[in-house]
Amino acid sequence: MIYWQIFLAFFIPGILGYGGGPASIPLIENEVVGKYGWMTTQEFSEVLAVGNSLPGPIATKMAAYIGFVEGGVIGGFVALLATIAPSIILMLVLMAILLKYKDTPQVKNISKVVRPVIAVLLAVMTYQFAKDSVLSLGTVYTIIMIIGSYILLERVKLHPAFVILIALGVGAISGLIIY
Amino acid sequence: MVELLKEKHEETPEPNPRRGLHTQIDLMLAFFRVGMLGFGGGPSAIPLFQQEAVKKYKWMTDEEFADTLALANTMPGPIATKMAGYIGYRVGGIIGCLNALISSVMPTALLMIFLLQLLQVYKDIPWVQHMSASVVPVVAVMLATMTWDFMKKSGDTLGWKKAVILILASFLLTEWFNIHPGILIFVLILFVFLPSKKKEAAKG
Repeated sequence: MIYWQIFLAFFIPGILGYGGGPASIPLIENEVVGKYGWMTTQEFSEVLAVGNSLPGPIATKMAAYIGFVEGGVIGGFVALLATIAPSIILMLVLMAILLKYKDTPQVKNISKVVRPVIAVLLAVMTYQFAKDSVLSLGTVYTIIMIIGSYILLERVKLHPAFVILIALGVGAISGLIIY
Repeated sequence: MVELLKEKHEETPEPNPRRGLHTQIDLMLAFFRVGMLGFGGGPSAIPLFQQEAVKKYKWMTDEEFADTLALANTMPGPIATKMAGYIGYRVGGIIGCLNALISSVMPTALLMIFLLQLLQVYKDIPWVQHMSASVVPVVAVMLATMTWDFMKKSGDTLGWKKAVILILASFLLTEWFNIHPGILIFVLILFVFLPSKKKEAAKG
Protein backbone atom coordinates (compact mmCIF):
# COMPACT_ATOMS: atom_id res chain seq x y z
CA MET A 1 0.00 0.00 0.00
CA ILE A 2 1.90 3.00 -1.32
CA TYR A 3 -0.11 5.63 0.60
CA TRP A 4 0.65 3.91 3.89
CA GLN A 5 4.36 3.81 3.01
CA ILE A 6 4.27 7.48 2.03
CA PHE A 7 2.52 8.28 5.29
CA LEU A 8 5.14 6.42 7.34
CA ALA A 9 8.07 7.86 5.36
CA PHE A 10 7.00 11.40 6.30
CA PHE A 11 5.35 10.71 9.64
CA ILE A 12 8.61 9.47 11.20
CA PRO A 13 10.72 12.51 10.15
CA GLY A 14 7.79 14.73 11.16
CA ILE A 15 7.66 13.54 14.75
CA LEU A 16 11.43 13.07 15.18
CA GLY A 17 12.72 16.19 13.47
CA TYR A 18 13.54 18.35 16.46
CA GLY A 19 14.84 21.74 15.38
CA GLY A 20 12.39 22.46 12.57
CA GLY A 21 12.16 21.37 8.96
CA PRO A 22 15.89 21.42 8.11
CA ALA A 23 16.55 18.97 10.96
CA SER A 24 14.20 16.49 9.34
CA ILE A 25 15.97 16.54 5.94
CA PRO A 26 18.44 13.76 6.81
CA LEU A 27 15.57 11.78 8.33
CA ILE A 28 13.53 12.16 5.13
CA GLU A 29 16.57 11.08 3.12
CA ASN A 30 16.94 8.06 5.36
CA GLU A 31 13.39 6.95 4.51
CA VAL A 32 13.10 8.00 0.88
CA VAL A 33 16.57 7.02 -0.37
CA GLY A 34 17.70 4.49 2.23
CA LYS A 35 14.60 2.58 3.24
CA TYR A 36 12.10 2.74 0.36
CA GLY A 37 14.55 3.43 -2.48
CA TRP A 38 12.12 5.82 -4.20
CA MET A 39 14.98 8.06 -5.27
CA THR A 40 18.74 7.98 -5.74
CA THR A 41 20.97 10.36 -3.80
CA GLN A 42 21.35 12.38 -7.02
CA GLU A 43 17.58 12.73 -7.47
CA PHE A 44 17.13 13.58 -3.82
CA SER A 45 19.80 16.26 -4.08
CA GLU A 46 17.99 17.81 -7.05
CA VAL A 47 14.78 17.93 -5.04
CA LEU A 48 16.62 19.42 -2.08
CA ALA A 49 18.36 21.98 -4.30
CA VAL A 50 15.12 23.16 -5.87
CA GLY A 51 13.48 23.12 -2.44
CA ASN A 52 16.27 25.23 -1.00
CA SER A 53 16.02 27.79 -3.75
CA LEU A 54 12.27 28.25 -3.36
CA PRO A 55 10.64 30.10 -0.50
CA GLY A 56 8.57 28.47 2.23
CA PRO A 57 9.08 25.67 4.74
CA ILE A 58 11.52 23.10 3.37
CA ALA A 59 10.08 19.91 4.86
CA THR A 60 6.62 20.46 3.42
CA LYS A 61 7.97 21.24 -0.05
CA MET A 62 9.98 18.01 -0.02
CA ALA A 63 6.99 16.04 1.27
CA ALA A 64 4.57 17.46 -1.29
CA TYR A 65 6.88 16.74 -4.20
CA ILE A 66 8.09 13.26 -3.20
CA GLY A 67 4.55 12.26 -2.21
CA PHE A 68 3.26 13.52 -5.55
CA VAL A 69 5.89 11.60 -7.55
CA GLU A 70 5.25 8.35 -5.68
CA GLY A 71 1.49 8.53 -5.27
CA GLY A 72 0.03 11.29 -7.44
CA VAL A 73 -2.07 14.10 -6.03
CA ILE A 74 -3.35 11.93 -3.18
CA GLY A 75 0.21 10.87 -2.39
CA GLY A 76 1.22 14.53 -2.19
CA PHE A 77 -1.59 15.26 0.25
CA VAL A 78 -0.81 12.16 2.32
CA ALA A 79 2.84 13.20 2.60
CA LEU A 80 1.90 16.77 3.56
CA LEU A 81 -0.57 15.55 6.14
CA ALA A 82 1.96 13.12 7.63
CA THR A 83 4.53 15.92 7.89
CA ILE A 84 2.26 18.57 9.36
CA ALA A 85 -0.63 16.99 11.24
CA PRO A 86 1.14 15.09 14.04
CA SER A 87 3.19 18.06 15.20
CA ILE A 88 0.26 20.50 14.92
CA ILE A 89 -2.04 18.26 16.95
CA LEU A 90 0.73 17.71 19.47
CA MET A 91 1.32 21.46 19.61
CA LEU A 92 -2.33 22.32 20.22
CA VAL A 93 -2.84 19.58 22.80
CA LEU A 94 0.43 19.97 24.67
CA MET A 95 0.44 23.77 24.62
CA ALA A 96 -1.49 24.01 27.85
CA ILE A 97 0.59 21.38 29.66
CA LEU A 98 3.93 22.62 28.37
CA LEU A 99 3.14 26.23 29.22
CA LYS A 100 3.24 25.12 32.84
CA TYR A 101 6.54 23.28 32.53
CA LYS A 102 8.28 25.36 29.89
CA ASP A 103 11.01 26.49 32.26
CA THR A 104 11.91 23.01 33.49
CA PRO A 105 15.34 21.83 32.34
CA GLN A 106 13.96 18.63 30.81
CA VAL A 107 11.82 20.39 28.22
CA LYS A 108 14.66 22.76 27.41
CA ASN A 109 17.11 19.88 27.13
CA ILE A 110 15.26 17.95 24.44
CA SER A 111 16.49 19.97 21.49
CA LYS A 112 19.94 20.24 23.09
CA VAL A 113 20.57 16.49 23.16
CA VAL A 114 18.96 15.84 19.78
CA ARG A 115 21.04 18.48 18.00
CA PRO A 116 24.34 16.49 17.92
CA VAL A 117 22.56 13.53 16.32
CA ILE A 118 21.17 15.76 13.59
CA ALA A 119 24.67 17.21 13.12
CA VAL A 120 26.02 13.71 12.48
CA LEU A 121 23.22 12.86 10.05
CA LEU A 122 23.89 16.09 8.16
CA ALA A 123 27.63 15.39 8.07
CA VAL A 124 27.02 11.94 6.61
CA MET A 125 24.71 13.41 3.98
CA THR A 126 27.30 16.05 3.11
CA TYR A 127 29.83 13.28 2.53
CA GLN A 128 27.41 11.29 0.34
CA PHE A 129 26.60 14.32 -1.77
CA ALA A 130 30.28 15.20 -2.22
CA LYS A 131 31.07 11.59 -3.17
CA ASP A 132 28.18 11.47 -5.65
CA SER A 133 29.37 14.69 -7.19
CA VAL A 134 32.92 13.35 -7.62
CA LEU A 135 31.57 10.18 -9.25
CA SER A 136 29.31 11.96 -11.74
CA LEU A 137 31.24 15.16 -12.41
CA GLY A 138 34.88 14.32 -11.65
CA THR A 139 37.12 15.53 -8.85
CA VAL A 140 38.38 18.78 -10.39
CA TYR A 141 34.95 20.05 -11.45
CA THR A 142 33.50 19.12 -8.06
CA ILE A 143 36.21 20.97 -6.15
CA ILE A 144 35.78 24.06 -8.32
CA MET A 145 32.01 23.97 -7.79
CA ILE A 146 32.37 23.45 -4.04
CA ILE A 147 34.84 26.31 -3.59
CA GLY A 148 32.81 28.57 -5.88
CA SER A 149 29.51 27.94 -4.15
CA TYR A 150 31.11 28.23 -0.71
CA ILE A 151 32.44 31.68 -1.60
CA LEU A 152 29.12 32.80 -3.08
CA LEU A 153 26.99 31.40 -0.23
CA GLU A 154 29.10 32.18 2.81
CA ARG A 155 31.43 35.03 1.84
CA VAL A 156 29.39 37.00 -0.70
CA LYS A 157 26.20 35.92 1.16
CA LEU A 158 24.39 35.52 -2.13
CA HIS A 159 20.89 34.11 -1.90
CA PRO A 160 20.81 30.27 -2.29
CA ALA A 161 18.35 30.58 -5.17
CA PHE A 162 20.87 32.62 -7.17
CA VAL A 163 23.72 30.24 -6.34
CA ILE A 164 21.63 27.32 -7.62
CA LEU A 165 20.79 29.30 -10.77
CA ILE A 166 24.48 30.09 -11.33
CA ALA A 167 25.38 26.41 -10.81
CA LEU A 168 22.72 25.42 -13.35
CA GLY A 169 24.10 28.00 -15.76
CA VAL A 170 27.69 26.83 -15.32
CA GLY A 171 26.54 23.22 -15.65
CA ALA A 172 24.57 23.93 -18.82
CA ILE A 173 27.43 25.80 -20.50
CA SER A 174 30.13 23.28 -19.56
CA GLY A 175 27.75 20.46 -20.47
CA LEU A 176 27.13 21.94 -23.92
CA ILE A 177 30.90 22.26 -24.45
CA ILE A 178 31.61 18.67 -23.36
CA TYR A 179 28.76 16.95 -25.21
CA MET B 1 2.38 62.63 27.94
CA VAL B 2 -1.07 62.29 26.40
CA GLU B 3 0.52 61.25 23.16
CA LEU B 4 2.59 58.65 24.96
CA LEU B 5 -0.49 57.17 26.60
CA LYS B 6 -2.34 57.19 23.32
CA GLU B 7 0.49 55.35 21.61
CA LYS B 8 0.61 52.79 24.36
CA HIS B 9 -3.10 52.27 24.12
CA GLU B 10 -2.95 51.74 20.40
CA GLU B 11 -0.26 49.13 20.82
CA THR B 12 -2.35 46.98 23.14
CA PRO B 13 -3.72 44.03 21.20
CA GLU B 14 -7.50 43.74 20.90
CA PRO B 15 -8.87 41.54 23.64
CA ASN B 16 -11.55 39.87 21.54
CA PRO B 17 -10.42 38.09 18.42
CA ARG B 18 -12.75 38.86 15.55
CA ARG B 19 -13.88 35.61 14.02
CA GLY B 20 -15.26 36.37 10.63
CA LEU B 21 -14.54 36.26 6.96
CA HIS B 22 -12.43 39.38 7.36
CA THR B 23 -10.19 37.64 9.91
CA GLN B 24 -9.83 34.60 7.69
CA ILE B 25 -8.75 36.79 4.79
CA ASP B 26 -6.20 38.49 7.04
CA LEU B 27 -4.89 35.09 8.12
CA MET B 28 -4.66 33.92 4.53
CA LEU B 29 -2.73 37.00 3.39
CA ALA B 30 -0.42 36.97 6.41
CA PHE B 31 0.61 33.35 6.03
CA PHE B 32 0.79 33.50 2.26
CA ARG B 33 3.33 36.30 2.63
CA VAL B 34 5.28 34.34 5.24
CA GLY B 35 5.34 31.27 2.99
CA MET B 36 6.38 33.08 -0.16
CA LEU B 37 9.01 35.33 1.41
CA GLY B 38 10.64 32.87 3.80
CA PHE B 39 13.64 31.73 1.82
CA GLY B 40 15.88 29.19 3.54
CA GLY B 41 13.21 27.02 5.15
CA GLY B 42 10.90 27.43 8.11
CA PRO B 43 13.33 28.65 10.79
CA SER B 44 14.39 31.59 8.63
CA ALA B 45 10.74 32.62 8.35
CA ILE B 46 10.36 33.19 12.11
CA PRO B 47 11.02 36.96 11.91
CA LEU B 48 8.34 37.13 9.19
CA PHE B 49 5.82 35.42 11.48
CA GLN B 50 6.58 37.98 14.16
CA GLN B 51 6.21 40.81 11.67
CA GLU B 52 2.72 39.61 10.67
CA ALA B 53 1.32 38.25 13.96
CA VAL B 54 2.70 40.82 16.38
CA LYS B 55 3.52 43.99 14.48
CA LYS B 56 1.03 44.07 11.65
CA TYR B 57 -2.13 42.33 12.86
CA LYS B 58 -1.47 42.46 16.62
CA TRP B 59 -2.86 38.96 17.13
CA MET B 60 -0.48 38.44 20.04
CA THR B 61 2.02 40.38 22.15
CA ASP B 62 5.77 40.04 21.79
CA GLU B 63 5.86 37.94 24.95
CA GLU B 64 3.13 35.56 23.81
CA PHE B 65 4.95 35.19 20.54
CA ALA B 66 8.20 34.34 22.32
CA ASP B 67 6.42 31.75 24.46
CA THR B 68 4.77 30.17 21.43
CA LEU B 69 8.10 30.06 19.62
CA ALA B 70 9.90 28.52 22.60
CA LEU B 71 7.28 25.81 22.92
CA ALA B 72 7.16 25.15 19.20
CA ASN B 73 10.92 24.67 19.37
CA THR B 74 10.62 21.98 22.03
CA MET B 75 8.26 19.97 19.83
CA PRO B 76 9.19 17.97 16.76
CA GLY B 77 8.23 18.72 13.18
CA PRO B 78 8.60 21.73 10.90
CA ILE B 79 8.62 24.96 12.89
CA ALA B 80 6.79 27.10 10.33
CA THR B 81 3.71 24.88 10.18
CA LYS B 82 3.53 24.59 13.96
CA MET B 83 3.58 28.38 14.26
CA ALA B 84 1.07 28.85 11.44
CA GLY B 85 -1.24 26.18 12.82
CA TYR B 86 -1.18 27.51 16.36
CA ILE B 87 -1.52 31.20 15.52
CA GLY B 88 -4.26 30.37 13.00
CA TYR B 89 -6.12 28.37 15.64
CA ARG B 90 -5.87 31.12 18.24
CA VAL B 91 -7.09 33.80 15.86
CA GLY B 92 -9.71 31.93 13.86
CA GLY B 93 -10.44 28.55 15.43
CA ILE B 94 -10.14 25.28 13.53
CA ILE B 95 -10.89 26.98 10.20
CA GLY B 96 -8.25 29.56 10.98
CA CYS B 97 -5.77 26.78 11.70
CA LEU B 98 -6.42 25.03 8.38
CA ASN B 99 -6.51 28.34 6.53
CA ALA B 100 -3.12 29.41 7.91
CA LEU B 101 -1.59 26.01 7.14
CA ILE B 102 -2.85 25.87 3.56
CA SER B 103 -1.82 29.47 2.87
CA SER B 104 1.73 28.95 4.09
CA VAL B 105 2.35 25.51 2.59
CA MET B 106 0.44 25.11 -0.67
CA PRO B 107 1.79 27.89 -2.93
CA THR B 108 5.42 26.83 -2.60
CA ALA B 109 4.58 23.12 -2.70
CA LEU B 110 2.84 23.60 -6.07
CA LEU B 111 5.72 25.72 -7.38
CA MET B 112 8.12 22.93 -6.36
CA ILE B 113 6.14 20.22 -8.17
CA PHE B 114 5.84 22.35 -11.29
CA LEU B 115 9.58 23.17 -11.49
CA LEU B 116 10.74 19.61 -10.82
CA GLN B 117 8.28 18.13 -13.32
CA LEU B 118 9.67 20.54 -15.91
CA LEU B 119 13.16 19.26 -15.14
CA GLN B 120 12.02 15.62 -15.48
CA VAL B 121 10.81 16.17 -19.06
CA TYR B 122 14.26 17.18 -20.27
CA LYS B 123 16.35 15.00 -18.00
CA ASP B 124 17.65 12.53 -20.64
CA ILE B 125 19.54 15.13 -22.68
CA PRO B 126 23.28 14.86 -21.70
CA TRP B 127 23.91 18.56 -21.14
CA VAL B 128 20.75 18.81 -19.04
CA GLN B 129 22.03 15.91 -16.97
CA HIS B 130 25.34 17.67 -16.55
CA MET B 131 23.48 20.84 -15.63
CA SER B 132 21.40 19.19 -12.91
CA ALA B 133 24.39 17.22 -11.60
CA SER B 134 26.16 20.56 -11.11
CA VAL B 135 23.70 21.36 -8.35
CA VAL B 136 24.93 18.45 -6.19
CA PRO B 137 28.20 20.10 -5.04
CA VAL B 138 26.28 23.29 -4.19
CA VAL B 139 23.91 21.27 -2.02
CA ALA B 140 26.93 19.59 -0.41
CA VAL B 141 28.20 23.04 0.61
CA MET B 142 24.76 24.02 1.97
CA LEU B 143 24.64 20.81 3.98
CA ALA B 144 28.19 21.30 5.23
CA THR B 145 27.34 24.76 6.57
CA MET B 146 24.18 23.38 8.17
CA THR B 147 26.27 20.61 9.76
CA TRP B 148 28.64 23.18 11.14
CA ASP B 149 25.76 25.31 12.49
CA PHE B 150 24.31 22.31 14.30
CA MET B 151 27.71 21.28 15.69
CA LYS B 152 28.53 24.78 16.87
CA LYS B 153 25.15 25.16 18.52
CA SER B 154 25.56 21.74 20.16
CA GLY B 155 28.90 22.84 21.57
CA ASP B 156 27.46 26.17 22.74
CA THR B 157 24.47 24.65 24.54
CA LEU B 158 25.89 21.37 25.86
CA GLY B 159 29.54 22.24 26.27
CA TRP B 160 32.08 20.92 23.80
CA LYS B 161 33.02 17.82 25.81
CA LYS B 162 29.48 16.45 25.97
CA ALA B 163 28.74 17.55 22.41
CA VAL B 164 31.79 15.76 20.98
CA ILE B 165 30.98 12.58 22.92
CA LEU B 166 27.38 12.66 21.68
CA ILE B 167 28.47 13.37 18.12
CA LEU B 168 30.98 10.51 18.09
CA ALA B 169 28.55 8.12 19.78
CA SER B 170 25.72 8.87 17.37
CA PHE B 171 28.10 8.56 14.42
CA LEU B 172 29.15 5.09 15.59
CA LEU B 173 25.60 3.98 16.31
CA THR B 174 23.97 5.20 13.08
CA GLU B 175 26.79 4.49 10.63
CA TRP B 176 28.56 1.51 12.19
CA PHE B 177 25.72 -0.35 13.84
CA ASN B 178 23.08 0.92 11.41
CA ILE B 179 20.68 1.91 14.15
CA HIS B 180 17.73 3.94 12.82
CA PRO B 181 18.28 7.60 13.79
CA GLY B 182 14.69 7.70 15.03
CA ILE B 183 15.40 5.12 17.70
CA LEU B 184 18.50 7.01 18.78
CA ILE B 185 16.57 10.28 19.08
CA PHE B 186 13.77 8.58 20.99
CA VAL B 187 16.23 7.04 23.47
CA LEU B 188 17.94 10.40 23.97
CA ILE B 189 14.61 12.07 24.74
CA LEU B 190 13.85 9.36 27.31
CA PHE B 191 17.31 9.89 28.76
CA VAL B 192 16.57 13.60 29.24
CA PHE B 193 13.66 12.79 31.53
CA LEU B 194 15.33 9.96 33.45
CA PRO B 195 18.18 11.53 35.49
CA SER B 196 15.97 14.10 37.21
CA LYS B 197 13.72 11.35 38.51
CA LYS B 198 16.77 9.70 40.05
CA LYS B 199 17.78 13.00 41.62
CA GLU B 200 14.30 13.56 42.98
CA ALA B 201 14.27 10.06 44.40
CA ALA B 202 17.65 10.66 46.00
CA LYS B 203 16.40 13.89 47.54
CA GLY B 204 13.17 12.34 48.77
